[in-house]
Amino acid sequence: MAEKMALAKAINESLRRALETDPKVLVMGEDVGKLGGVFRVTDGLQKDFGESRVIDTPLAESGIVGTAIGLALRGYRPVVEIQFDGFVFPAYDQIVTQLAKMHARSLGKVKMPVVIRIPYGGGIGAVEHHSESPEALFAHVAGLKVVSPSNSSDAYWMMQQAIQSDDPVIYFEPKRRYWDKGEVDPEAIPGPLHRAQVVREGTDLTLAAYGPMVKLCQEVAAAAAEEGKSLEVLDLRSVSPLDFDSVQASVEKTRRLVVVHEAPVFFGSGAEIAARITERCFYHLEAPVLRVGGYHAPYPPARLEEEYLPGLDRVLDAVDRALAY
Amino acid sequence: MTVDSSAARKPRRSAAGKAGTTGTKRTTRTTQKSTAPELVQLLTPEGKRVKNAEYDRYVDGITPDELRGLYRDMVLTRRFDAEATALQRQGELGLWASLLGQEAAQIGSGRALRDDDYVFPTYREHGVAWCRGVDPTNLLGMFRGVNNGGWDPNGNNFHLYTIVIGSQTLHATGYAMGVTKDGADSAVIAYFGDGASSQGDVAESFTFSAVYNAPVVFFCQNNQWAISEPTEKQSRVPLYQRAQGFGFPGVRVDGNDVLACLAVTKWALERARDGEGPTLVEAYTYRMGAHTTSDDPSRYRGDEERQAWEAKDPILRLRRFLEASNHADESFFAELEAESEALGRRVREAVRAMPDPDHFAIFENVYADGHALVDEERAQFAAYQASFADAEGGH
Repeated sequence: MAEKMALAKAINESLRRALETDPKVLVMGEDVGKLGGVFRVTDGLQKDFGESRVIDTPLAESGIVGTAIGLALRGYRPVVEIQFDGFVFPAYDQIVTQLAKMHARSLGKVKMPVVIRIPYGGGIGAVEHHSESPEALFAHVAGLKVVSPSNSSDAYWMMQQAIQSDDPVIYFEPKRRYWDKGEVDPEAIPGPLHRAQVVREGTDLTLAAYGPMVKLCQEVAAAAAEEGKSLEVLDLRSVSPLDFDSVQASVEKTRRLVVVHEAPVFFGSGAEIAARITERCFYHLEAPVLRVGGYHAPYPPARLEEEYLPGLDRVLDAVDRALAY
Repeated sequence: MTVDSSAARKPRRSAAGKAGTTGTKRTTRTTQKSTAPELVQLLTPEGKRVKNAEYDRYVDGITPDELRGLYRDMVLTRRFDAEATALQRQGELGLWASLLGQEAAQIGSGRALRDDDYVFPTYREHGVAWCRGVDPTNLLGMFRGVNNGGWDPNGNNFHLYTIVIGSQTLHATGYAMGVTKDGADSAVIAYFGDGASSQGDVAESFTFSAVYNAPVVFFCQNNQWAISEPTEKQSRVPLYQRAQGFGFPGVRVDGNDVLACLAVTKWALERARDGEGPTLVEAYTYRMGAHTTSDDPSRYRGDEERQAWEAKDPILRLRRFLEASNHADESFFAELEAESEALGRRVREAVRAMPDPDHFAIFENVYADGHALVDEERAQFAAYQASFADAEGGH
């Protein structure tokens, strides 16, 4: 039953399945209806499930999330789309101040099964505010869960699990990988949503990444293998909670860790991983945990993004530095 | 169910019929010229009942018993509020946001609701909470600092207090969208204030509710002051006129007149139930006390203004009406006085007996489905706490 499909299509199929199986699931956002979303992730859903369940909203992100909270209070399970990473900030107040805290402040009486889909990251030559990676800004907030799939199968299953979760989940979609194809088996039994996965085994160093950087890290490992270096690649899949046990297990084996993300290094998820792995694996580490990511500068114009984003050579450079200790 | 967006664009004639066609014209007229806005009033400050062709029908059938009930609600709410202020002064509460002066707006609108309607309050809707049957002592937990909201929102269809200004208007709108999807005829009411009217979320809730024709009543208590800022710092037009630009009616009601607030809210709720979409009600009232117990109004407003509003007191005017129409005698007022004191005592005792939360409450309900980091930190915290017990045991 497994079928090869693009990552965007896998999300589409997953949303379709959720709409079919649970009448409380709603899809809402800007242009998600007739147009099918600017990346066509919701293509055909409004046609099949109607305007009442696949809702084109006014262009107001705070309104989208705020009304999703109200719908969740009424028993619905909204899956909302924020059109681009850089557009989420008008909704940041509702997400951080209301959505994240509602379960706790109601002493557990209210649940917030809201999924917020955010296409994120660069590499597609877009204009300003269309290429950012704000995941750390959400992972910092208790009450939110933050995930990012790297491939079609995870995109499909992690969306199923995010929708089934009674907690708000920020689902970051690696937009530059939307068109990458991979196997999806709708009859498979998925692993836990927040568990990391070793996608390539190695012995000399661990590369940890999620979302769009997993593919890059696999390319890095392939290139390093030609030079006789054995790199393990860990797809973290979830940023909050973060599966530190899996990172620890890998690092205890390889003794070196490089974390790669598109988001700026400063206060990025790599900083948290470095701190915790240093604590957990102090006597196993042969080198400090190194990080490769964006610079402490606004995301640059598209003609400069190749310099800004972690690429094969920059990650290999970090690998070399770590191995040199 | 499909959302009927045509209703939002073209108000049905039945709506105009209920509101009276003059209601629509009046709104237009006052927008075009800056004449003094009309105020729906059924009881004058002297307690005289005045006729109103549009809204009388909503209170015509009211019984003396119900009138005494409204009076009782207002008196008990004020007594509870005064007790909470006193408890703050005694150090039992960290903070209190008094509703003094706004009793009619809250009781009038609160008593217009059906049980299946849903309320989204700010942090000052103690009178509405009373109408919903939320135990007043439950409201005090967050002000004492033992929780961030101590009641089950679905127990009385009364959502938790919302402190960030205006956010709850969007929750109300979303909830109302859900009511429509369910095919129910419940209505939703969102409370907010004059200050909140400047918030983007309030504007967005107007937009969403209008576009989806959501059954929601926006009940704005214009108490004239957003902490130290007068309403002129929020708007150049009377607040109820904001609705017009969004495509739904707005009405200004005397917020110190419990009958008028009851009638106008009933009308707005009826519109919601009949599929006619949102309504904005501006209850024109006055915050007689400070913004909260941390505020000092003497820094920004004079006594004369307060004195002028004192003459329009919501409780006094209903008492005058009840006495003049022989709906209540001395024994009623005496019994109510005793009931008030008993309530004050109960609240005082309940607050003083309110236990501090267990230390581990920090880690409770952060997530519904759990989170590895929370588990890890809870365990660290437990070990740290236990280290003191070990130390004590060692000596």
